[in-house]
Amino acid sequence: MPRKTMIEAIRDAMDVSMARDDNVVVYGEDVGFFGGVFRCTQGLQAKYGKNRCFDAPINESGIVGTAIGMAAYGLRPCVEVQFADYVYPAYDQIVSEAARLRYRSNGDFTCPIVVRMPTGGGIFGGQTHSQSPEALFTHVSGLKVVVPSNPHDAKGLLIAAIEDPDPVIFLEPKRLYNGPFDGHHERPVTPWSKHELGEVPDGHFVTPLGKAAVRRPGAAVTVLAYGTMVYVAEAAAEETGIDAEIIDLRTLLPLDFDTIVASVKKTGRCVVVHEATLTSGFGAELSALVQESCFYHLEAPVKRVTGWDTPYPHAQEWDYFPGPARVGRALIETMEA
Amino acid sequence: MYSSKEHGFFSISGNLATQYVQAVGWAMASAIKGDTRIAAGWIGDGSTAESDFHAALVFASTYKAPVVLNVVNNQWAISTFQGIARGGSGTFAARGLGFGIPSLRVDGNDYPAVHAVAKWAVERARRNLGPTLIEHVTYRAGAHSTSDDPSAYRPKAESDAWPLGDPVIRLKNHLIHRGVWSDERHAQAEAEILDTVISAQKEAEAHGTLHSGNKPSMRDMFEGVYETMPPHLRRQRQQAGV
Repeated sequence: MPRKTMIEAIRDAMDVSMARDDNVVVYGEDVGFFGGVFRCTQGLQAKYGKNRCFDAPINESGIVGTAIGMAAYGLRPCVEVQFADYVYPAYDQIVSEAARLRYRSNGDFTCPIVVRMPTGGGIFGGQTHSQSPEALFTHVSGLKVVVPSNPHDAKGLLIAAIEDPDPVIFLEPKRLYNGPFDGHHERPVTPWSKHELGEVPDGHFVTPLGKAAVRRPGAAVTVLAYGTMVYVAEAAAEETGIDAEIIDLRTLLPLDFDTIVASVKKTGRCVVVHEATLTSGFGAELSALVQESCFYHLEAPVKRVTGWDTPYPHAQEWDYFPGPARVGRALIETMEA
Repeated sequence: MYSSKEHGFFSISGNLATQYVQAVGWAMASAIKGDTRIAAGWIGDGSTAESDFHAALVFASTYKAPVVLNVVNNQWAISTFQGIARGGSGTFAARGLGFGIPSLRVDGNDYPAVHAVAKWAVERARRNLGPTLIEHVTYRAGAHSTSDDPSAYRPKAESDAWPLGDPVIRLKNHLIHRGVWSDERHAQAEAEILDTVISAQKEAEAHGTLHSGNKPSMRDMFEGVYETMPPHLRRQRQQAGV
């Protein structure tokens, strides 16, 4: 099976979707001629023309707002916001408009759009190119929120998102674009060509939204992770020798509740990890759900390992980023509790 | 909220200016598909201060979208005079010129003038010549909402002094002057229209009101958030006991 980077897999998903459905259009800042700053849309304008893949003015609210209008017309726009850090001007369009159009119009108008954006840190991007705003979207009824962790899933989930009848926020962990990253920033990057999840089938396939994947089966403790933190958790389990079961959530909303509950009931312990800040982060939701559903199976408090409640720092990036040492300590503490 | 896809009438949101951009997007989609249908959007003088107004104009201009962008300048944004939104710009129509969008300013209380301007703008859009901005100059004689009290921020007699008059009376006088209308026919038309509105209201209220009951069920509240109800909403509906 061919191996692809996550960038190539995402591009392939849009290519496959555009070939199958004339109503799929792709646009955003630098997306058309140049193919996007991360090159995710490279070649799509040459292949499908300027009517279906084009550059947008630097106005995120305009990008998402026009996409909502296009969706109401009957198109399926898949738009790019250049960095998740730049999505805030579009927040009103996403929250008040895209997420509520179906409900507000009693199904008369719907909003099948995908808003793609690179998320997360690990690239020395500082405070405006490193944020993880997923919890701002999981708090909104009417949205779906997806975070792939590898090229295979990125393609399957993006095709599923484009075909989904409701608005999907598609967060692409940018540190994973070219290879898995376990937080050992001092080591050379492993390319996707050397990882089995770099294997991406050609043509059309979907990875269903709302289904988590167990990346590492284990009996001692459940680790709930998504995006880059899946690999950090794997490294932490390896380095501590703790038999952790690592669940890659893949879709945060709707959440695969059954997989999470079954695992925690089995292990009796749970550690939640994410890059985003702690307070009111998605980890708080996961922790509450586990407590509500698995309380009598728990042998230790649910622990969260996350970014600190500070702006994403530049010089202290590796002090902020919840790396394998911090996750490993949390695993040990949870086992000893 | 109300909408009618069948009639091309989009669902209205309470968030100001957000739908101006969506009208441009709808028009872009029509152009992308080689369709001849066009979009029209309306915004108030106060809401032109929103970023989305400017987003709509830049997208309409860049993609020459077949859209008619109307600004209803009724002088008052709740309690603030239109100058607060307009700033140093002489008119709201002038806003469009900075984006290279042909822009017109019309007496919004003059029915034939509004009709002529709208027809011109619609024709431009249909011929794929791009967007038009129209400022309709009018006056909000009533209150902004049921909880608003205009006497607290403007002279009580201001609306009587408004020089452009009532658009319905002006149209009536114009038609009578042309010999194609009369006071009797006008009174009859008003009675018929009132009757239509009251019957529509009765029909709508027959489905239920907040006071009379016959509300949609609590169970219905969970429908239509997504096309297919996800498991967490099903669980919450069960928890709610419906």
